[in-house]
Amino acid sequence: MADQLISANHAAAMAAAMAGNANRSARGFCAGLYPITPSTECMEYLCVAELSKGQVVRVESEHSAMGVCIGAAAAGARTFTTTSSNGLAYMAENVYVAALMRLPVVMVAANRALGPPWNLWADHGDSLMLRDSGWIQIYCADNQEVFDSVLMAYRIAEDKRILLPVMVCQEGFILSHSMAETNIASQEEVDGYLPTLDLPHRLRDDARTMGGVDTPAVTEAHRAQHHAAMSNFFEVYGEAQDEFERKFGRRPPDLLVPYKLEDAEAVLISMGTISSNVDCIVDEARLRGVKVGSIRVRGYRPFPELQLKELLRGIGRVGVLDRDISLGFGGALWGEARGVAEPGAISQGYILGVGGGDVRPKHIEALLEDLLKRDSATAPIVMETNL
Amino acid sequence: MSVMSECPTRQILNPGNSNCGGCGATSGLSLLSRAVGERNIQIVIPACCSAVAAGLFPNSVYGVPALMTTFAATASGATGLSVVAKLNGEDTRVVCWAGDGGTYDIGMATLSAAAERNEDILYICYDNEIYGNTGGQRSSATPHGATTTNTPPGGKVEVKKDIMEIMAAHRVPYAATVSIAHQEDAIRKMRYALDARGFRFLHLLSPCPTGWKSEPSLGLELVRLAVRSGLFPLMEIFEGKRRVVNVEPDFSQEALARYLNLQRRFKKSGIEPETLASEIEEHWSALRAKIRCFK
Repeated sequence: MADQLISANHAAAMAAAMAGNANRSARGFCAGLYPITPSTECMEYLCVAELSKGQVVRVESEHSAMGVCIGAAAAGARTFTTTSSNGLAYMAENVYVAALMRLPVVMVAANRALGPPWNLWADHGDSLMLRDSGWIQIYCADNQEVFDSVLMAYRIAEDKRILLPVMVCQEGFILSHSMAETNIASQEEVDGYLPTLDLPHRLRDDARTMGGVDTPAVTEAHRAQHHAAMSNFFEVYGEAQDEFERKFGRRPPDLLVPYKLEDAEAVLISMGTISSNVDCIVDEARLRGVKVGSIRVRGYRPFPELQLKELLRGIGRVGVLDRDISLGFGGALWGEARGVAEPGAISQGYILGVGGGDVRPKHIEALLEDLLKRDSATAPIVMETNL
Repeated sequence: MSVMSECPTRQILNPGNSNCGGCGATSGLSLLSRAVGERNIQIVIPACCSAVAAGLFPNSVYGVPALMTTFAATASGATGLSVVAKLNGEDTRVVCWAGDGGTYDIGMATLSAAAERNEDILYICYDNEIYGNTGGQRSSATPHGATTTNTPPGGKVEVKKDIMEIMAAHRVPYAATVSIAHQEDAIRKMRYALDARGFRFLHLLSPCPTGWKSEPSLGLELVRLAVRSGLFPLMEIFEGKRRVVNVEPDFSQEALARYLNLQRRFKKSGIEPETLASEIEEHWSALRAKIRCFK
């Protein structure tokens, strides 16, 4: 293990390459890759990575990037791709297929707003657009988490109780392009953490058709199985954390990361990098005697509803911060969290930082102040951080 | 002994499938079964009639491993299979089986990219000149003068896209047209294409009685007439350069008229054989020029 000063894109590529090499004694590794800002650098690093039994395919579109992953995964290989924004939208059709065919593809999404009008900056709306695609979604808050989550993603995706693709999400530029000290495991350590992939339903020599026609009854059964695999995730995630800690000596964060919740009367819920600013404001407010805490949501699909319900027990004021907007509704995270809050609690949605809006401590301070003085919740508040 | 009297080792398309009577894809896959013999193949099929023909999960009419992909993902899905076969030292031949909509239209970018990368796959387009699976709408493979469910009265105005020259422009190792009515020729080309390395392309004219409004029993006859009249040149292109004509047409006006008359899709539009004859002549003079050029 060694500490390196690298970007999250670089960390993701290193993790993917090592995970790929860890499958060298099995069916190998294949990545379908196509550039798009801000995930480009990840694919560039992977294109020059040393792969002991693997190949990258430099395709002509994101749709084909996932197409290659689907074919390679169907042939039993470990697979990877990375994209952002419109790339994810262009890929969407095949994103669904990877999940419906129960292929353990791993993708790193560098979150960015969709356009045109073009916007290059961070926004969770791209991956949230695919929240119902049947993929597991994990949202990261720093570069180390990106590296660790990619390794965990393979272990979870390929577990026989899961067999689902995993999307590891990191905010564009804020993480993708920011250099941070990251502890990089050695190949031997990764080999020890990741069992080789043995996909039970991969294409072999016998006459099996993957992706034939489902009648309504069969689709109902397939969705039920898929949904059940999603519910196995929590247990498998915990095991992947335990094993990670044993092998690498550090424990990746839980799917929900609580902060100073013990006696909290108000809580701020957020996802991704905004949570670090939230925690600073929690600290400052605590100095003034305000009983506030925070929760970072790291696992969005499947949604850790029961765990969140437990954490929100007895808390009367819940502020949910979304770096996304489901237009005509509000924040996607707010949509999930408000139903889990204590009955009678004030669950207020705040939308801020969409399209890379610069979320500063003062914005969080302002919304906390708003949350604390409310008698009831209103429609989600759309904040303009750059005014 | 003729290749046609050999029994195929295994059928790619088993009996009991839901293809329409007289479907060219059935004939094409029957020929491919004979050509494949003992070779290990995996077949990749996008959204098209042949995807529906697979039948209801968990059953399948396909006698070989098959991967169904989205409409535009045939060549990308096949790339993934092919890469992994190679990484594992397997001699599996990955064969794409896609319709004209999935090839000429929505799958064109994916196909072009896989051809440009010279992926080790055999791509076969079974071309029925319409979107058959959705009930017969125009594609860019629909010929001039054919009526479809969404062409204006008078039929399609535009001429058929020249897929063979598009593939030739990619300098792929091998591209050939295949006639289900010239079976020895078809199997020879299929075997050559199965054994060659790099990107290979076969274009198979696939009669669609439902869309062409023709008698199911007349499929072979229609393809024979298309070859005779010069409408469907039987040819091979090597490395995008050397071109070989396998069956010399007699450019019979009678054959052309009969080809049009046997299909209500042309009758309705009232397109004259003379109109098509001049297009055929133009096409062949360009083809002959290229044959001379790359001799």
